[in-house]
Amino acid sequence: MTFIQRFIGAAGFSLAATLVPLVHSAVPANEAPDALVKRISQEVIDIAKTDKAIQAGDQKKVMDVVENKILPYVDFQRMTALAAGRFWRDASPEQQKALSEQFRTLLIFTYSGALSQIKDETIEFKPLRAEPGDTEVEVRSQVNVARGEPIPLNYRVAKSASGWKIYDINVLGAWLVETYKGTFASEINKGGVDGLIKALTEKNKKLANKPLKPAAK
Amino acid sequence: MSLTTKFSARSAALALGVSILLAGCAGPNPRDPYEGFNRAMFTFNDTVDTYALKPAATTYRAVLPSFVQTGVNNFFGNLADVWTGVNNLLQGHGEAGLSDMTRFALNSTLGIVGLFDIASEAGLPKHKEDFGQTLGTWGMPSGPYLMLPLLGPSTVRDAVVLPLDVKGDLWSYKEPAYIRNTGTALRIIDQRANLLDASTLLEDAALDRYEFIRDSYLQRRESLIHPDDGTSLQRRRKSEDAAYEAVPASEPAAPVAVSAPSSAAEAPKEVNSVPLAATSVSP
Repeated sequence: MTFIQRFIGAAGFSLAATLVPLVHSAVPANEAPDALVKRISQEVIDIAKTDKAIQAGDQKKVMDVVENKILPYVDFQRMTALAAGRFWRDASPEQQKALSEQFRTLLIFTYSGALSQIKDETIEFKPLRAEPGDTEVEVRSQVNVARGEPIPLNYRVAKSASGWKIYDINVLGAWLVETYKGTFASEINKGGVDGLIKALTEKNKKLANKPLKPAAK
Repeated sequence: MSLTTKFSARSAALALGVSILLAGCAGPNPRDPYEGFNRAMFTFNDTVDTYALKPAATTYRAVLPSFVQTGVNNFFGNLADVWTGVNNLLQGHGEAGLSDMTRFALNSTLGIVGLFDIASEAGLPKHKEDFGQTLGTWGMPSGPYLMLPLLGPSTVRDAVVLPLDVKGDLWSYKEPAYIRNTGTALRIIDQRANLLDASTLLEDAALDRYEFIRDSYLQRRESLIHPDDGTSLQRRRKSEDAAYEAVPASEPAAPVAVSAPSSAAEAPKEVNSVPLAATSVSP
């Protein structure tokens, strides 16, 4: 039982830390991808550690931070397309839109839950391994926690017309997109793309009615 | 001598038992052919957790001062470092293996029987390696996913060598038995307590917790055995982006029209190729 529990525990913290990446204040025009992730992470962690409302589990406040500081730097459509894999091409534009929106909402809830649990974690970045012309890079970091081993936390970031955007996150060796892929495929096998959209919508409704739980002391 | 005989007899019995139990189960995911069995075990583990483990861990965290909890964690972690070190050496990671042994020596003495993890503070980070990882490093595939009763996610390879990992843990030699058993219970509760916040998060993130845990566990395990040096990005880009790039992000209204019929055609095809999909997926 220990292994998976450690894994889940770590995943929670790192999701929190991840989710947190992003505050924009005076964004430099040609910010490097690792600088971007670093800046966002630091800003979000700082907010999470100092904002009393967030620490108390104020759901609206938390979701505001996620929405304004993190989401502008995440390419949700790409994330959704990759998680849907070969089914993406078969989905209608309306289905693709609905799917991205519901997936986005689910990740907002998850991020918000994680963010409200940040306590005394710190993030350490590893040197970026990339060629100057690369349009996709992996930014690698680790979250140092009070108890237990550091949690590896990596990001895949791609260059777009509007700057670098995160399209996948790796917590403890597992990529978010890859992890959702199996679930997406089995929901689509059961009820088609519409079945998956419906399952996500219901999940989000449930989460919307559930209060955020602040971190236990 | 008698220990080895006992061990091999036990693992043979375990392997046999597992294969009998699993015969006849079949699931749609190629990495999880025993999904029916695994889901049953998952539900069982969940029930145990809800009624016994989680309440115990909640009390543990509420009642004991945090320095005591840290001490418990360090104490058992220190004993486990020896087996981690052995496995690092077996995998050819000499430096890490020696560091693990040094950790054990330092923490057992200056760290007062392991209650304080002074080695980490001295710059010797903690590792975690087991014999399943060693076999993986040597090139043995993991085999199918396997949910073990009480112990949680594993694979066939790792489950078969699990008795060896138990023997490799120094606490398993503690006498008398009642102290050993009490200690083991304490250790389990302590580990569960570390994860109290995280398990709610997991429930939020997952559409199907079983699949979410399975798919992240298998990736995590693989990444521990073959650490990713960043090259996976290139590999993935080649193999998977084709699907996405066929429909550019900037152009969601791409000419893929007629979606309803095409996705309808896709679904039955899937079901035909995996006849058990519908039945075995239900929780």
